[in-house]
Amino acid sequence: MKGAEALLKALEREGVEVVFGHPGGAIMPTYDALYDSPIRHILVRHEQGGVHAATGYARASGRVGVVMATSGPGALNLVTGLADAMMDSTPVVAITGNVPRALIGTDAFQEADVTGVTMPITKHNYLVQDVNDLPRIVKEAFHIASTGRPGPVLIDIPKDVQLAEFTGEFDAKLDLPGYRPTLKGHPKQIERALDALEKAERPVLMVGGGAQHAHAELLAFAEKTGLPVITTLMGLGAFPGNHPLWLGMPGMHGTVAANRAIHHADVILAIGLRFDDRVTGKVSRFAPHAHTIIHVDIDPAEIGKVVRTHIPIVGDSRLVLKEMLKGAKPLRLAAWWRELEEWRTRYPLRVRPKPHLQSQEVIRAFHEATGGNAIVTTGVGQHQMFAAQFFPVTRPRSFLTSGGLGTMGVGLPFAIGAQIARPEELVLDFDGDGSFQMTLQELATVVKYKLPVKVVILNNGYLGMVRQWQDLFHARRYSEVYLADSNPDFARLAEAYGIKGVRVERKEDLRRGVEAVLNADGPVVAEFKVYHEEGVFPMIPAGGAAEDMIVEDPREKEEVGA
Amino acid sequence: MRHVISVLVQDHPRVLNRITGLFARRGFNLESLAVGTTHQPGLSRISLVVSGDDRTLEQVEKQLNRLIEVLKVTDHTEPHVERELCLVKVHVGGLEERLAVKDIQEAFRARVVDVAHKSLILELTGDSKKVDSFVEALRPYGILEVMRTGAVAMSRGERVLKVREKKEAV
Repeated sequence: MKGAEALLKALEREGVEVVFGHPGGAIMPTYDALYDSPIRHILVRHEQGGVHAATGYARASGRVGVVMATSGPGALNLVTGLADAMMDSTPVVAITGNVPRALIGTDAFQEADVTGVTMPITKHNYLVQDVNDLPRIVKEAFHIASTGRPGPVLIDIPKDVQLAEFTGEFDAKLDLPGYRPTLKGHPKQIERALDALEKAERPVLMVGGGAQHAHAELLAFAEKTGLPVITTLMGLGAFPGNHPLWLGMPGMHGTVAANRAIHHADVILAIGLRFDDRVTGKVSRFAPHAHTIIHVDIDPAEIGKVVRTHIPIVGDSRLVLKEMLKGAKPLRLAAWWRELEEWRTRYPLRVRPKPHLQSQEVIRAFHEATGGNAIVTTGVGQHQMFAAQFFPVTRPRSFLTSGGLGTMGVGLPFAIGAQIARPEELVLDFDGDGSFQMTLQELATVVKYKLPVKVVILNNGYLGMVRQWQDLFHARRYSEVYLADSNPDFARLAEAYGIKGVRVERKEDLRRGVEAVLNADGPVVAEFKVYHEEGVFPMIPAGGAAEDMIVEDPREKEEVGA
Repeated sequence: MRHVISVLVQDHPRVLNRITGLFARRGFNLESLAVGTTHQPGLSRISLVVSGDDRTLEQVEKQLNRLIEVLKVTDHTEPHVERELCLVKVHVGGLEERLAVKDIQEAFRARVVDVAHKSLILELTGDSKKVDSFVEALRPYGILEVMRTGAVAMSRGERVLKVREKKEAV
């Protein structure tokens, strides 16, 4: 057996069913072995599409996503996607070919120091030197990627190692003496946390992406205690977006209720989140009344990194919540809830109706038509925030977006990965005209595998979020954000791929457009021409605090602080 | 504040890269780094001298622990021995200078490891402060070269940097 066959066998033993990738010279032995393998390969048109699709697959399924690429340019095209998976703690294993060992370091054709380049953007990486190490390395890679705080792991395999005769064992032992994630929370700390919550008058529960797998325990804990729940962008869906205890998303484009709740909270229970600057704003002014912050995270390095933490609990969010549930009591929060309720009813997310078609109403229309029953993916920018605000998902692993890295162009490949992971479900990619064009070559992948993804482009003809910042902070000097003069006709572009194209330009055609998208059996690319002056609000300017919140477009009306 | 940190690692290729890369990426201030093998095959030990406030040091420790090949990290805040080796090549013109340098050598209990017509190489072992003063004392005579290894450290008494201790890592 050759190394390449051993590699695929090792992948099979990890339960891998699907691999996303693109072949090339240095990975050809593995692609040759793939020809006879039961593993399904999804051919993408650019390696970046492959790694994002693997990420979407992982995020939608909870399993490890796998991507393959050749050496040099192929592997380097994975860089953005690996960094994205790293920032958003997604289990991905990337397998790259490299030039034969004898040529490493000689600037050979398509050679790049891929393990060197990806060192800071992977949880760990390997350069395989001995073919017989392959089973152990694959096993370790999947273990590292999927346990503890998940993340991407890259395995770089020189071409001659793929071709070498394998004589080793498949039942290799893990050799990871330095890797032992702490899973169980410290009982004493859990007790302290419960005690602090019981004494609290204005407690809030904040959850992030690290609680997606803990949704059942989270729901039970919240319902038992009656705590108000706030979910970060990455936490959307970990708690149902239609639940009365849910206050929405915090931070820069969060709801008034969520941000005020944090601002006035005396005790914060934060689970599986990392206090990103888009959530905290200016850290010194974040949660100024909180005398106790309880931080539950599986990564000890996140605790105390950004905010002062009074009760640290290192552990897996699901196990910690399970333990906390045992001691949880209904809290007396009637007075606090009266305040929260007032903020929530007084400042709901709203759209000031305009004569033009607006992004928010398009998203809302899809939400109504689907009953929220869809997996949503997004690109990055205004449309992403609108989707987070106006498509409250109710199930975990159903809102797939680039949170930490803010990678434009993930929408379509995430949708591809999600559709392959959950073939029965409706997958909606809310995309921007800017974001979509960064990876649109993957429409070919959609066609090739007959994936019924629905791409909804909210086309405002601008890089809308940049434009919004130029509006607010750069005296409306619209530097290099205008796209409309050179955007393609998206519907006709789709048709060129053999995909159904839909175009909606007027408000009165919205309903018809939504139906055309949802009633189609196969894939659709729908372009909704939306109002270009729309801004995302509420907004806390970068480096600001809850008190600096701009609730509505200043060109339209009021500012309200905390 | 200055801290001396000992790190026990698997001696895999690039492990040093991972550590220096981490310091560069996170903006931690690394003053010196010394690395060598240990009595246990497959394990290397690294001594780092780092400056920063308590919060930074906490992050340094935690981020080091996140590296898969790092087995153990200790910030030597307890009683410990710290040593650095230094070679100084100093210019000695005439006899008078040679004698003066010899005085300094004796005072610091340094050793002469190379004698040439117009220069000497002195070897000194001590903590970093002692090495600093030694170099300063020789400066007026015309230092030609200095090479310092960076500090290495070890806890006093029974405490050892153990492999099998449970590590909180991710």
